[in-house]
Amino acid sequence: MIRASRNHPGWWAALGHRLSGLALALFLPAHFLVLGLALEGDAALDGMLAWTDRPLVKLAEWGLVMLLTLHLGFGLRVLALEFLPWRDPLKVLISLGAGASVLAGLLFWIMVS
Amino acid sequence: MQDTAETEEMLEVEIWRGAEDGALRTYRVPRRESQTVLDVVTWVQRNAEPALAYRFACRVGMCGSCAMQVNGKPRWTCRTHVAKVAEGGKLRIEPLANLPKIKDLATDMAPFFEKWAEARGRHEPTRTRHEPMAPVSPENPARAAANAGIECINCAVCYAACDVVGWDGSYLGPAALNRAWTLANDERDADRCGVLRAVSQSGGCHTCHSHGSCVEHCPVGINPTAGIAGLKRMTLAALMRGEL
Ligand code: HEM
Ligand code: SF4
Ligand code: SF4
Ligand code: FES
Repeated sequence: MIRASRNHPGWWAALGHRLSGLALALFLPAHFLVLGLALEGDAALDGMLAWTDRPLVKLAEWGLVMLLTLHLGFGLRVLALEFLPWRDPLKVLISLGAGASVLAGLLFWIMVS
Repeated sequence: MQDTAETEEMLEVEIWRGAEDGALRTYRVPRRESQTVLDVVTWVQRNAEPALAYRFACRVGMCGSCAMQVNGKPRWTCRTHVAKVAEGGKLRIEPLANLPKIKDLATDMAPFFEKWAEARGRHEPTRTRHEPMAPVSPENPARAAANAGIECINCAVCYAACDVVGWDGSYLGPAALNRAWTLANDERDADRCGVLRAVSQSGGCHTCHSHGSCVEHCPVGINPTAGIAGLKRMTLAALMRGEL
């Protein structure tokens, strides 16, 4: 249950960080498996490239990039929080960081489609 | 006295009764102007439930004994106005989270204070009472860092808000680490390295995930996350210098 005491940006960012980290751990092996298959030869690669043109696969790859940028953004947030001298606008930076990763994801989506 | 139940505005207040296996009980409490949550609890004890156990002392936000969960959030009840927290005329008042329940709204604070001692929260003086006071410049950056953390009233609100305290029983928690941070920055402390050693054990400052729930809830505006991050850097630097 989401306790009332958890409803603040820092907690949501931490939840996003954990979920994106776990999802990355699950999805990355599949991603590398697919890349590895492509190395097995031209035919396999062409087949793969045709396969990656499918909207669903594209969506999955987009999800992966989003997860990575989100996780990176949240990770940088933690590092900034702990290693930079504390300033209150840091909270604003955090939101900007999350926004920037969503933008990066969108940009990637536009580029691949 | 205007006790005409028809016209009087009433609050619907759920209060935790019993220990761990207790339950919420509902009371109807008259709404008053400028009423605090502590006023509500006191009204229930005086008028409806004489056996209700709860703690308070100063009623002005100095002693840190009145903290409870109010509608799910830890708060100092003597300085929390009903107007600010009641949702649709309803209040749910429970004992502080992350601490063993003794009876009703009273928790066992022993683990909280034991962790202060574990974090080497006791000041080790460099001088005796027979020597003159050590001159400390208030402009000194270390002193400024310590000053930002010294107004803690030991209310355990941050301790109740911290998820990591709930996950890991050995975690010292935000208040004890904030205390350690003030000592690690106090040039009058004779064993600051001992503080760093105490907080770099497992369950120490490196256990914090910087969620910031402590900062969000501390009623006196202390920022334990910043102090804990400072301890992380300080212990790391001491380790590199071979002092830990
Ligand atoms: C892209 C660069 C990355 C950065 C900058 C980064 C940064 C971080 C940081 C700072 C933490 C600590 C969070 C905390 O204290 O709670 C963390 C946790 C974590 N990371 Fe990453 N990470 C990156 C990539 C990855 C990847 C590729 C994976 C997946 C294999 C991953 C999985 C995780 C998991 C599962 C956690 C634990 C989350 C938690 O404790 O809440 N990370 N990451
Ligand atoms: S910042 Fe650290 S101490 Fe504060 S609530 Fe989060 S985990 Fe707990
Ligand atoms: S740091 Fe703040 S919330 Fe925590 S015990 Fe001290 S006064 Fe209470
Ligand atoms: S009664 Fe002392 S702080 Fe609330």
